[in-house]
Amino acid sequence: MLADKDRIFTNLYGYQSWHIDAAMKRGDWDDTKALMARGQDAIIDEVKASGLRGRGGAGFPTGMKWSFMPKEPKPGKPNFLVINADESEPGSCKDREIIRHDPHRLVEGALIAGFAMRARAAYIYIRGEYIREAEVLFAAVREAYDKGFLGKNACGSGYDFDVFVHRGAGAYICGEETAMLESLEGHKGQPRLKPPFPAGAGLYGCPTTVNNVESIAVVPTILRRGASWFASIGRPKNEGTKLFQISGHVNKPCVVEEAMSIPFRELIEKHCGGIRGGWDNLLAVIPGGSSVPLVPAHEIIDCPMDFDALKELKSGLGTAAVIVMDKSTDVVRAISRLSYFYKHESCGQCTPCREGTGWMWRVMERLRTGEAEIEEIDTLHEVTKQVEGHTICALGDAAAWPIQGLIRHFRPELERRIVERRGESSFAQAAE
Amino acid sequence: MADAIQIPDEAETRARWGAFAWTAENAAAAQDIIGRYPPGRQQSAVMPLLDLAQRQVGAETNTQGWLPIPVIEFVARELDMPFIRAYEVATFYTMYNLAPVGRYHVQVCGTTPCQLRGSDDVMRACHDRGLKKGATTADGLFTLSEVECLGVCANAPMVQINDDNYEDLDYDRTLAVIDALAKGETPEPGSTIGRRASVPEGGPTTLTEMVDENHDYRGEWAA
Repeated sequence: MLADKDRIFTNLYGYQSWHIDAAMKRGDWDDTKALMARGQDAIIDEVKASGLRGRGGAGFPTGMKWSFMPKEPKPGKPNFLVINADESEPGSCKDREIIRHDPHRLVEGALIAGFAMRARAAYIYIRGEYIREAEVLFAAVREAYDKGFLGKNACGSGYDFDVFVHRGAGAYICGEETAMLESLEGHKGQPRLKPPFPAGAGLYGCPTTVNNVESIAVVPTILRRGASWFASIGRPKNEGTKLFQISGHVNKPCVVEEAMSIPFRELIEKHCGGIRGGWDNLLAVIPGGSSVPLVPAHEIIDCPMDFDALKELKSGLGTAAVIVMDKSTDVVRAISRLSYFYKHESCGQCTPCREGTGWMWRVMERLRTGEAEIEEIDTLHEVTKQVEGHTICALGDAAAWPIQGLIRHFRPELERRIVERRGESSFAQAAE
Repeated sequence: MADAIQIPDEAETRARWGAFAWTAENAAAAQDIIGRYPPGRQQSAVMPLLDLAQRQVGAETNTQGWLPIPVIEFVARELDMPFIRAYEVATFYTMYNLAPVGRYHVQVCGTTPCQLRGSDDVMRACHDRGLKKGATTADGLFTLSEVECLGVCANAPMVQINDDNYEDLDYDRTLAVIDALAKGETPEPGSTIGRRASVPEGGPTTLTEMVDENHDYRGEWAA
């Protein structure tokens, strides 16, 4: 188990004050000027060496992403950092804990990351429903300005840097980076075609990098303790610590910071009081938030919880939002509810997604009650393949994958419902 | 959202809201918001200003507020943008109410993580107190909505009422929250079982020093 001294978010549960004075006693804003004095390229190299992969789901190497930003911004085209706090993936609830209990980890990270990528300002896009969390974040940013840590000559470094908070208003799609930029510019949150990539033309047409809250908030600690410390935790190419969010049928759902690659069983036993009804009662797990396919019990129990191991199981770590389902779960209903979610959240821009998410949900509902034909399972699978990869953003993929996972692992259950239902209706006909 | 209830641009609405303007306090807040964005990019402020306007309508009507068409027109004028651009923003995001809501907007999360932990029971409790999905009670107190994941999954099931969350609910505790609100009380937001944030129930498995003191772990880094 990860030692407490190696945890980055020490006030994760908010037992202590989030205010700047208390945060500084825990080590935030400790000689930030010296960290910045190492120089922009040195900071990017350190983050690269730490092995940090983006914590928002895709797992792209963070340091490499920063290196795509222009080193000499053109006049009138400043670089921007946008921090994605639009935490809306079902199962995910980690950025909320960072923002409401350890916001200065994030605000300091914004300055250092923004400096490293030569940004003029950072916008933190927080989901609209995080109302109290946004209040804390606004106040934390103000505290940092009052201390001279942000604004002109931030932290006495000679570098000018602003941090702004922008609240969303309820749209899952704004977590997609180009939809977020559209939303920040005051439009509907509909994703943009890539290329151009945001590092070339992003917010207001200026070079922009979008990073997840957790990716940014771990940076100050990585610099203070060194890349080798961070890289010593977890398996190769999956280094570091990670906030896991365990929901569903465990005895004690929680958010906890653990070492990357911790085996699933250990994560659940140590922090969640085990599976409800014992390990034999485990049915399946969605290991990375609603967009990744579920994994049946026997495959996940001893699996290391990291990007590559879960990819081998044809699933993914995503945001490390672990949704646990025991044998009492109506697994078809559980996935069908996710299909409804994607139908609700499709932005309507691309036809395969706009029409497909609704279509898939309606078929899922019929499969839930068994009111379908066996062949429709194959038709549904084929339609998921037609949606996947044929849309501007990954929402279409995200809607397709849970259904594909269900069919892959629970086809007998789908068929059983259809056969039973048919048996009932033929029995009813015979009785008439 | 396409499935949300919407009030058309009627004469009555125009008569009531046609003269909408910021209160002095909100006028200052609006200037502050516009200042967060680069000059000439004031359209970026449309989302926060629509939110501000909805809250002002709420304050004037003692409800959670909504966005009548004339109010959206006002916001568009303030930002020097075409009405249709503001209108499409107002209709795209779920948190803008396009029809009046009650004093308490009860938003039950129904997405899978909450469903697994019993959001059906939360919904049933709401129904048993006379709340109907998509409708406001006759006394104007409660509007009930089912919403998509609100990002509180480790404390599921949950409901957001106005600006606060009530978490770790079951049937009885949902009734208790609604009953308290109906009596004009303000129940303590957060976990309804007294759990601290998203700590495992019964106490933390990590960072136990933090419970009683603002512990600085840096001294242990070298060890």
